[in-house]
Amino acid sequence: MAEPLLQVRGLTTRFRTDGGVVTAVDSVSFDVAAGETVAIVGESGSGKSVTALSILRLIPDPPGKIEKGEVIFDGVDLLKLDDVAIRAVRGNKIAMIFQEPMSSLNPALTIGKQIGEPINLHRKAPWTQAIDKAKELLGRVRIPDAAARVNAWPHQFSGGMRQRAMIAMALACQPKLIIADEPTTALDVTVQAQILDLLKNQAREAGSALILITHDLGVVARYADRVVVMYGGRIVETAPARILYKHPRHPYTKGLMASIPRLDGDTRQRLVPIEGQPPNLALLPPGCAFAARCRMATQRCHDERPPLEAVAENHLKACFLETPAEAHA
Amino acid sequence: MPDATTPIATDEILRVEDLKVHFPVMKGVVIQKQVATVKAVDGISFTLRRGETLGLVGESGCGKSTTGLAVLRMLPPTEGRIIFEGEDIAGYDGERMRHTRRRMQMVYQDPYGSLNPRMRVRDIVGEPLEVHGLGDDRRALRERVAALISMVGLLPDMADRYPHEFSGGQRQRIGIARAMALEPSLIICDEAVSALDVSIQAQVVNLFMELQQRLGLTYIFIAHDLAVVRHISDRIAVMYLGKIVEIATRDELYRDPLHPYTQALLAAIPIPDPELEATRPQQIITGEVPSALRPPPGCRFHPRCPHAMDVCKTQEPPLKGRPGGRAVACHLHP
Repeated sequence: MAEPLLQVRGLTTRFRTDGGVVTAVDSVSFDVAAGETVAIVGESGSGKSVTALSILRLIPDPPGKIEKGEVIFDGVDLLKLDDVAIRAVRGNKIAMIFQEPMSSLNPALTIGKQIGEPINLHRKAPWTQAIDKAKELLGRVRIPDAAARVNAWPHQFSGGMRQRAMIAMALACQPKLIIADEPTTALDVTVQAQILDLLKNQAREAGSALILITHDLGVVARYADRVVVMYGGRIVETAPARILYKHPRHPYTKGLMASIPRLDGDTRQRLVPIEGQPPNLALLPPGCAFAARCRMATQRCHDERPPLEAVAENHLKACFLETPAEAHA
Repeated sequence: MPDATTPIATDEILRVEDLKVHFPVMKGVVIQKQVATVKAVDGISFTLRRGETLGLVGESGCGKSTTGLAVLRMLPPTEGRIIFEGEDIAGYDGERMRHTRRRMQMVYQDPYGSLNPRMRVRDIVGEPLEVHGLGDDRRALRERVAALISMVGLLPDMADRYPHEFSGGQRQRIGIARAMALEPSLIICDEAVSALDVSIQAQVVNLFMELQQRLGLTYIFIAHDLAVVRHISDRIAVMYLGKIVEIATRDELYRDPLHPYTQALLAAIPIPDPELEATRPQQIITGEVPSALRPPPGCRFHPRCPHAMDVCKTQEPPLKGRPGGRAVACHLHP
């Protein structure tokens, strides 16, 4: 089997806060194969965004610090690169799309300049060529009248068009990996569907792998090949999307699935929430981060941290409990 | 209570007729003049039965939140009637409205912005009672606040804490306790669970439904999440650019949406089931919601509508009632 495009190993990122040292990402390991779409799901504070930022070393230091781990991309550990070398990766081999397109676009530069910038910077293309390429990219992300819009300012674009421009910028250097952090959370549902379809199709055409960070289990189901579920800074379960939705093994994943209302669900049925509150990352217990909210937790779960182990092919979970499916097997 | 309202003959609690909320757009620093009008809500009508939940859905700028605020008279209606418990409150002055507002309350989206950070939970929850002169008996007030706090699932010793000590879901419970303090009959929930994490969202949705069963509350549940709205509502009104385009019972709307916009909204929402998603027809409409400053002529949805005909470009379709109490505003369904 070919080496995966990205191998994250034991990634640990901490922040110093007034409330103490917070381990936002705790020994996280996962792979992304070339061309694959991997979703990282979790709720606020689960560490999904910090994981993404750590891969590109975009953690503000201080207060944050990547303490441990390896991020091996195309055979090179990104955490060992110097500043110049990591800058040559960002926006070039790995592109990132953020949640808020207004704050991630420079309001004082035209759209065309911003899309052309990575081409000018990484491909050493002269500006006239870079702007031509920007026009072509704007057309690819279906911005009408791209030739004129290349000279527009970000404030002249709607939220959906800004996110299209961000996608164009991400595609500029044909990256091998695109990381999209809640790319559509700020958008209306009909626009969300347009943008995610565009992102997925463009990534497929360019052969780019995609890491999609989201809290929306519907979005994951529609777009992801594989899913990484995070809770309290740790991976609790990872599996191919179809298997995860059909046979979730970790009590947190099961709880999430039972707590969301579905468009096609049974309306007479009560939602089954996960009781309790999300954990305080500064005061995590020594054991499983989910133990305090888990109905089936034993003393061992509170004392000892469960390792992420295979329960089936390509399916890992971090839980001491046997699920009925395993008991049968 | 001294001012108990006389029971009304029907079980209708709210009737909104041809409600319009327009905002002037002003230009100029010294001499201001009106240059345009934003028709945020542009002639909507609906009724609400006691104990019912009406979902109000649509994308940003459709006027759903403005409708909620206007019904509570926190925004002045430009035109139309708002008949609440038999009285037209659209023209009520401040004093009479203050009195009426005891029976209609709001729960807001942002549990961080809507609670005063310098007040203890007990004072936040008790404040409406004091404002309405029901707090003179201190012991009774304390007991009432304690009852409200336990009713929303918080612990008694939380009463003396401040909002920052609570998580988002707990703060939303505090907001709900405050809204319940005056025993309102109508509660308007404006994106009341939208800011919460999914595992917490289910807790709060269940709380809303339990309180409704226990206290016979009527809800207007404003949200953009159609799955949550479906779960909680009896009937649903879909809004687009200041108009109701379709109103139907929950099951009818989701089983057989008639308006192309309703169909587009439902198709855009992914279902958390990868196998189903792989086979689901993906009909994604193009374009974005136009500015409410310049709504398209004719049917406001026509530039994005896959079925638009010539008549749609010039004539605005009225909201036409159909058998079974549903109504749709579309030339395809005359």
